[in-house]
Amino acid sequence: MHELSIAMSIVELAEEEAERRCVQVNAVHLKLGALSGVAKEALLSCYEMACENTPLQGSRLVVEEVSVVIYCPSCRAQRPVSSVQLFCCSECGTSASEVVQGKELEVVALEIQECAPNPV
Amino acid sequence: MRPEPRLIEIRKNVLKQNDLVARSLRERFRAAGVFVVSLVSSPGSGKTAFLERTLSVLRANYRVAALVGDLATENDALRLARSQAPVKQITTGTLCHLEAAMVQSALEEWDLNQLDFLFIENVGNLVCPSSYDLGEDLRLVLISVTEGEDKPLKYPTIFNSADVAIVTKIDLAATVEFSWETAYKNIQAVRPGMPVFQISAKTGEGMEKYLGSLETGLAKVHQAGAV
Repeated sequence: MHELSIAMSIVELAEEEAERRCVQVNAVHLKLGALSGVAKEALLSCYEMACENTPLQGSRLVVEEVSVVIYCPSCRAQRPVSSVQLFCCSECGTSASEVVQGKELEVVALEIQECAPNPV
Repeated sequence: MRPEPRLIEIRKNVLKQNDLVARSLRERFRAAGVFVVSLVSSPGSGKTAFLERTLSVLRANYRVAALVGDLATENDALRLARSQAPVKQITTGTLCHLEAAMVQSALEEWDLNQLDFLFIENVGNLVCPSSYDLGEDLRLVLISVTEGEDKPLKYPTIFNSADVAIVTKIDLAATVEFSWETAYKNIQAVRPGMPVFQISAKTGEGMEKYLGSLETGLAKVHQAGAV
C-alpha cells in the first residue's frame, strides 16, 4: 500500500503549482496507467487524507485510467494488448513487450480558480 | 464575484523526484563501473538465501556488496554478512518499498569505485516496488516453486517492470508438483521474451548459468565505460 505516499506527492506537486500561479485548486486531473503499479480506488481514498490541512483541502482528484498499448512488430503499429495478463497484439495475436502506453502516473491538468478577480 | 474555474494543463510526473535521484544514482554507478542488480519478490520466496549464495560465489573473483531493505529487523543483513561481503540494512519502518533516496543515503559511506557488483534487495512485496526506479542496471523478480505457477498472472505489473525472472527453490519442485512449463508460459505471457533462470540456493543448481549472465552484464558496463 504505497498509495498514501503517492497521494501526498500529488498534493505537494499541485500545491507548488498553485502557489506559483497564485490560484486555488478545485481539482487535480491525473493520468493513471494500468501498469503504473497504483490502484485507483486506494489512491482516491488516500487523496482526501493527503489534502487535509493543506490548501488543497476539499479539492477533487479526477483519475483518467490509461490502458496498455504495445508496439506490434507484425502490424508495425501501436495496438492495445489483449490484457495485462497476456501481452499480445489484440488484432493479430503476436506477442509484444514494447510498452508505449500504460505506465503513466502523471498530473496532467489542474482545475483552478484565480485568487483575485480577473482584470478583464 | 468569483471568476469561473478553468483548466490549466501542467503534465508532471508524480514520481519525478524519485526518477531524478534514480538518474543521478545511475550516472554514479556508470562512472564507478559497478553493475547494480535489484531483487524483488513476495516475502519468503528465498531472496536472502539466493543473495547469500550469489555473494559467496561472486566474492571469490569480484568485489561485491549488498543493501537490504526490510520494514524492521537487521536479520537479513546479519545473514548476508556471513558471506563476508559488505552489507547494509535499510529499515523502512512502515514503508512497503525502497525509494531511490534511501539507496542514495545508504551508499553515503561507500566508495563505489571499490565495487564490481552491488545488489539491492527490496522489501518483500510484489506490488509497491514496481513503481520506483532505484537506478539499477538489472531488476530480478523471484518466484519460488512453493508459491504456485500463476504468480506472474496475479502480479503482471512487477513482472513487467523487471528484466529477468528467477524461479527459486527448484530442489522442492517435485515435492510441490511445480510445473515449469506452466510457470514459464505465464511469465512469457506477461513479459514476452523475459529470460528465466531456475535455481536452487540450497544445492547451487542453476547458479552458474545465472552468475554467468551477471558477469556478461558487468563486462558490458566496463565496455561502455571504456568507450
